[in-house]
Amino acid sequence: MRRLCVALGAIALAVSAFAAEIPPSDRRSGYDFMSRETRAMQDDDTANPGMLSVLEGGTLWTRKAGGAGKACADCHGDARTSMKGVAARHPSFDAARGRPVNLEQRINACRVDRQGTPPLAYESRELLALSAYVARQSRGRPIEIAVDARTQPFLDAGRATFHRRQGQLNLSCSQCHDDQWGRSLAGNTIPQAHPTGYPIYRLEWQAVGSLQRRLRNCFVGLRAEAYEYGAPELVDLELFLMWRARGMTFEAPAVRP
Amino acid sequence: MANVLINVPRQAKRGEVIEIKTLVSHPMETGYRRDQLGREMPRDIVRRFVCTYNGTEVFRADLHPAISANPFIVFSTVATESGTLTFRWTGDNGFSMTESAAITVD
Repeated sequence: MRRLCVALGAIALAVSAFAAEIPPSDRRSGYDFMSRETRAMQDDDTANPGMLSVLEGGTLWTRKAGGAGKACADCHGDARTSMKGVAARHPSFDAARGRPVNLEQRINACRVDRQGTPPLAYESRELLALSAYVARQSRGRPIEIAVDARTQPFLDAGRATFHRRQGQLNLSCSQCHDDQWGRSLAGNTIPQAHPTGYPIYRLEWQAVGSLQRRLRNCFVGLRAEAYEYGAPELVDLELFLMWRARGMTFEAPAVRP
Repeated sequence: MANVLINVPRQAKRGEVIEIKTLVSHPMETGYRRDQLGREMPRDIVRRFVCTYNGTEVFRADLHPAISANPFIVFSTVATESGTLTFRWTGDNGFSMTESAAITVD
């Protein structure tokens, strides 16, 4: 019995030693781990390939769609003012659904309810363009995730996913991104997993992609079965990651290696 | 639908070397890949990029399948006179894009 207690105590100690959250002063955006060349690409709007998507989103913003014959701009006006800070507040609670929704789901809800069009598919060119355009309007703003009694359970679920060991490699997100950030994994620096610039242009993808695409990549890396696009588990994880990055500067559309 | 981003200095001194950056939206499908059902995905790339300065060709590039999606081409030329720089991308499946930018030289 005593031996068991000692063993349990040791495990508890190990867990508390490794599950520490990164203190705010040590938090780094993925930007800080990139090469000088990749940073220059993100910083220059005429070199950042994510801006191609933003440009397309700007066109879609003013295009009338669906049975209602309305464009995004007909309700929301100029996105440069009306969408400022919006992406930095998502996922946010949606009363109709009774749960948090991410930016892509919010755009699709608007399309279905207000424009009377079918929702856009995840990772479709149009949805990425619209979300990139909306996200661009939050560049330079701090990430602000409102947590109240309604969102708390979803935040906790996201936190649990972040700390749960999964897949054949039996690793949790936290084991790499809280404990080993800054060290190398197969030649790449492990970042802290702050979603400060989504949707991102990822050089490896040669395309723009959403946070959920990136998260699904990580699940595959763990040899775990990835959640489907739009799955509540992924949205909860998004919510936790954005809350974890609260106060950091939003930089969409970011470029990542 | 293709989008283009171009960065040309609006003003330059005569004889100055100016840097021009161009970014065009294009998938640059190599023709060597197969889709999830094993079918070959046909090649779809930009084959040629040409820049003319008041009608005179100042830069040309042939592109090949190893070049990444959304080709980013940076080059320089000498600012000789005020006028228009015209950029033209042509490629597979009848792809053709033309953009221009004005420059003032004093």
